[in-house]
Amino acid sequence: MTVARLAVVLALCVAATAIVAALAPLVGVVVDRSGWHFELIAPSALAAGEPGHAILWVRIPRVLAALEVGAALAGAGCALQALLRNPLAEPFTLGISSGASLAAVLAIRLGIESAFGIAGIGGAALAGAVGTLVVVWQLARIGKHLPPATLVLAGVTMSMFCSSASVLIQYTSDFTEVTHMLQWMLGGMETVRLTTVGYAALPIGAALIVLISHTRELNALAAGDEVAASLGVAVGRTQTVIFATASLLVGAAIAVVGPIGFIGLVVPHALRALLGPDHRLLVPASMFGGAAVLVVFDTLARTVVPLHHLPTGAVTAVLGVPVFVAILVGKKQRALVWGHT
Amino acid sequence: MAWLTLTDVSVALGERDVVSGVSAEIDRGELVVVVGPNGAGKTTLLRAIAGLLPPRVGAIRVLGHDPLRAPRRAIAQHLAYLPQRYELAFPFAVEEVVLLGRYARQRGIGLASDDDLAAATAAMAACDVAHLAARRFDKLSGGEARRVIIAQALCQGAKCLLLDEPTAGLDPAHARAIFALLRAHCDAGAAALVVTHDLDLALRYGGSMWLLADGLLAARGAPAHVLASAATQAAFRVPIHVGALPSGMAFAVPA
Repeated sequence: MTVARLAVVLALCVAATAIVAALAPLVGVVVDRSGWHFELIAPSALAAGEPGHAILWVRIPRVLAALEVGAALAGAGCALQALLRNPLAEPFTLGISSGASLAAVLAIRLGIESAFGIAGIGGAALAGAVGTLVVVWQLARIGKHLPPATLVLAGVTMSMFCSSASVLIQYTSDFTEVTHMLQWMLGGMETVRLTTVGYAALPIGAALIVLISHTRELNALAAGDEVAASLGVAVGRTQTVIFATASLLVGAAIAVVGPIGFIGLVVPHALRALLGPDHRLLVPASMFGGAAVLVVFDTLARTVVPLHHLPTGAVTAVLGVPVFVAILVGKKQRALVWGHT
Repeated sequence: MAWLTLTDVSVALGERDVVSGVSAEIDRGELVVVVGPNGAGKTTLLRAIAGLLPPRVGAIRVLGHDPLRAPRRAIAQHLAYLPQRYELAFPFAVEEVVLLGRYARQRGIGLASDDDLAAATAAMAACDVAHLAARRFDKLSGGEARRVIIAQALCQGAKCLLLDEPTAGLDPAHARAIFALLRAHCDAGAAALVVTHDLDLALRYGGSMWLLADGLLAARGAPAHVLASAATQAAFRVPIHVGALPSGMAFAVPA
């Protein structure tokens, strides 16, 4: 890894993300008497009084949320994959997303929103994400080790438990509550507000910096706990910091927009194939990649079926599942998941 | 004080003592080879010295540090450990794997300094893997991968080396070259504790030999003497014949 390579790749990442983020709010579908068609709003609409001004300012918080959440999920996914030495680790496969959804559903059912406002549900989702990650970590741990097979097993188990519990809660809820819950569980971006995006920016930004500052440790951990320790890594401390930071990122992302699947899996995986496994480059590249990809997916979600805004989480899952399956059946990856630690 | 001191060290895995009551020391310039049957506790002893396992009783000191309590970074600057098995979760290139050995000497995001690159280049040349530098580690043969990991341990720049079967899977020429390299390293002021089943090379290159049997340090001394001893015969359940070719080169074979 040379300074030049790091600088060039990161500059490209920043440029691509900036272009995507600048274009996305301008793209949309409009309806008039002749039917529907795509329309590009002129950037001058940023100023008040220009045509398209109102619609642009509806889309901008959405794009900002997608940037923030995409960076958080892909950064956390990349770090979790390195930490657990498992290319399948991500918020969905570890059960974190289901745990956060269960907490959000519970919060809606208990009427926390009326007591604490929308932030109450976000807070519940955050607590649910962190709580699930701790449970999965404890379930999967054998002594000091985290074997990939038990980890995936624990993640899937928790995921099923939380999903089933969510269904049971929905079954006993009234219609308004269920609609609200569904909106949450599908990962919707329509209801995102600028203030929420602003609140989440600080913790997410700080957590991303913590991840970037531990990328050398993540590289060493690829060789296993004992080798990393003999190379000089404080393994226990590093694992705790990364795990806590990743749960915070995932929890914050879910608190902002609900569970968005597969960004955390697919983006780091694709970039690893493209850039190699060095986490000093891969972690920051994944953050930008995740941000850009989620903005694109979210733009697709609101344009691909005219006049219907699809839930972004469902769109990323539908596009992400085939990639997940491709990874799962890959020969090398199969050996990694089921092989020895 | 010796560089490496073990005082009445016992290490338990579960309920059972796998290493019991080992007291020994290694000083600057020494190349100590450890032999013993499978399951004798050789690897467990090495892991305990590396600070990866707590001894049940006894004290271990590496250049005055307790490897279990001292910061890992400080230990890594004095002590390199080559494990018997090594699996890398992601497809790093060979040079990147070797440079991982520099972790304890880097700061910040750890872009390789000139010193790091020089150490890696020297270690790769010494282990005959320089031509593999750009290859993917996971695509190497077993012996090639082994040499890369030895280069990683050397690249660490530690005074004490703990190597667990460094020559397992290596062809005869490379196995001999690795022992010659370790000998030269120790003559230049390092110290090494090498677990091996390569009795010929242990005999020719080892400064002294420890026989580990059932967790006990059953014999120690000059390699030729230890290999020919009754304790070695009892441990391996076969006498080891130590002889010399007309050229004077020593060899050891099970009788």
